[in-house]
Amino acid sequence: MVAPVSPDSRTGRLRLTVSPVFLARRRVVDRIMRVVLFLSAALSVLVTAGIVYVLLSESLKFFAQVSIISFLTDTQWTPVFQDKHFGIMTLVSGTLVSSLIALLVAIPAGTVLAIYLSEFARPQVRETIKPFLELIAGVPTVAFGYFALLFLTPIFQIFIPGLAGFNLLVPGIVMGIMILPYIVSVSEDAMRAVPAELREGAYALGFTRLQTATRVVIPGAFSGVTAAYILGMSRAVGETMVVAIAAGQQAKLALNPLEGAATITSYIVQISLGDVPHGSIAYLTIFAAGMTLFLMTFAFNILAFWLRQKYREVY
Amino acid sequence: MKPLAAQPSRRLSDAEIVARAHRSDRNFAILGLSVLVISMIVLLSLIVDFMVDGLGRIDLDFLTSFPSRRASEAGILSAWVGTTLVMLVTTALAVPLGVAAGLYLEEYAPRNWITHLIEINVTNLAGVPSIIYGLLALGLFVQSLAMGQTILVAGITLALLILPIIIVATREAVRSIPLEIREGAYALGADKWQTVSGYILPTARPGILTGAIVGMSRAIGETAPIITIGALTFIAFLPPSPVQDTFPFINFNWLNSPFTVMPIQMFNWVSRPQAAFHVNAAATGLILLLMTLLMNAIAIWLRYKIRRSMR
Repeated sequence: MVAPVSPDSRTGRLRLTVSPVFLARRRVVDRIMRVVLFLSAALSVLVTAGIVYVLLSESLKFFAQVSIISFLTDTQWTPVFQDKHFGIMTLVSGTLVSSLIALLVAIPAGTVLAIYLSEFARPQVRETIKPFLELIAGVPTVAFGYFALLFLTPIFQIFIPGLAGFNLLVPGIVMGIMILPYIVSVSEDAMRAVPAELREGAYALGFTRLQTATRVVIPGAFSGVTAAYILGMSRAVGETMVVAIAAGQQAKLALNPLEGAATITSYIVQISLGDVPHGSIAYLTIFAAGMTLFLMTFAFNILAFWLRQKYREVY
Repeated sequence: MKPLAAQPSRRLSDAEIVARAHRSDRNFAILGLSVLVISMIVLLSLIVDFMVDGLGRIDLDFLTSFPSRRASEAGILSAWVGTTLVMLVTTALAVPLGVAAGLYLEEYAPRNWITHLIEINVTNLAGVPSIIYGLLALGLFVQSLAMGQTILVAGITLALLILPIIIVATREAVRSIPLEIREGAYALGADKWQTVSGYILPTARPGILTGAIVGMSRAIGETAPIITIGALTFIAFLPPSPVQDTFPFINFNWLNSPFTVMPIQMFNWVSRPQAAFHVNAAATGLILLLMTLLMNAIAIWLRYKIRRSMR
């Protein structure tokens, strides 16, 4: 915008004048930008609306052909076979087993690491360590999938004789490593939000660092730490490439983590890779499966959001 | 007085209690460090695994050949060109939109239910699995709008995916700017937009850049949403060139071209049973890995510099 400086008509010296035209133009630009910025922010709501609309409309077409009851209770998932069954629990079981394995790895490791970073490490140490954890989060998931299938699984097979080439155990562990930085960062945030006075009080009573951590900081940050676990679960449930590469694509009730099984996400990948005609029942299944996945992660995210909101209110 | 028989046979002295507490403290610190070391070993072994498997495969031919049925002749020319073009679209969309949304939420938004809705919505979008964005793109762009499985659709999809990352980074960068800067601008007679465009945006630029780099590194490695829109995996041609020798010298036909990207090419090769293709996958993965690690390292370094300049 042009600076509002013009030569004075009488003396010829430059004088600061604010012309009405300048002010009017400025006001218009300000108004326009306000609307543009608002529309950009509102776009994110449209994205959610678009997701819900697409999933809902295609799922409704699916449920016009398959009853919800058989969708929820059937124990087989064979949409591309002659004898078609649509039991989503088959896929859900694969998803839950692999995600629970991921949590079994990530929760203990993540909690220990978060306590260490928040209560033990000196600030310089903490600031040096955290970037390396972030690097883990930066690795493409498809690379983790390769790593699980071609590096870790052969190693694990030496120690666990019954382990199949495609299995849920190794992808689960790898997903645990993937969500570790996330769990650490969210729970460390929660722990650091606990006021210093509480720690100082504990130290004054003669508590050690570990006692302070387990008896003061963790109870104080409980809802935030729980939120971290739930967000980790949500990530693991939605993770796709690791299971699509290393867990096999056979849809069956996943009772044994040493064998492979399809998950919701790996099933969607499997169907997308094949040439399934638009509008066919197999095409519709990926939206019904996607809807199930969306609802699961949505529930986790809302729960975690609420928990984090709660601990923010406390302090 | 009763004899002290009910007491445990040996009481710990104060010194012993203190020593024990110190020991448990030290043990925990060792535990924390070993968890850290183990996770670093995993990251390192992943990188080394890719180097051992793939480094020998990377040469000029690999970068300048199309995929092929014969593993030894295959290359990633169409994949890296596709990745570059898709990332162009993604960045061009996600950065302006994300920055604008972040600025609105931080500088303009009134405290009302609409703002609250947008905020909750951004938080939730950040947690939506990437494959769901793929289903959105398949149902909306590919089917309803019949845009096809093109570079444009992939670029839009990934832009929507990384939008929350850029919004959150912008908000954090803007929030850390001291109030005095705004007050100074207002005192000089600037209005809201002049303050935001002339003072807030330039000051927040390093923080926004960090978020943009992290978002782009995420988008480069994303595989699932692009598989879902049905991108072909065997692409032995390049999109039309964006440059032409007649007026107006550039064209955007490449936006509507079919494509493949590096993670898709890698997934395609790792899914095959032959070990020779796994070598190709490792080579592609190594390049991808180095690119994303480099981008993340730049982002971390930028963040470190910002923090130092703020002190």
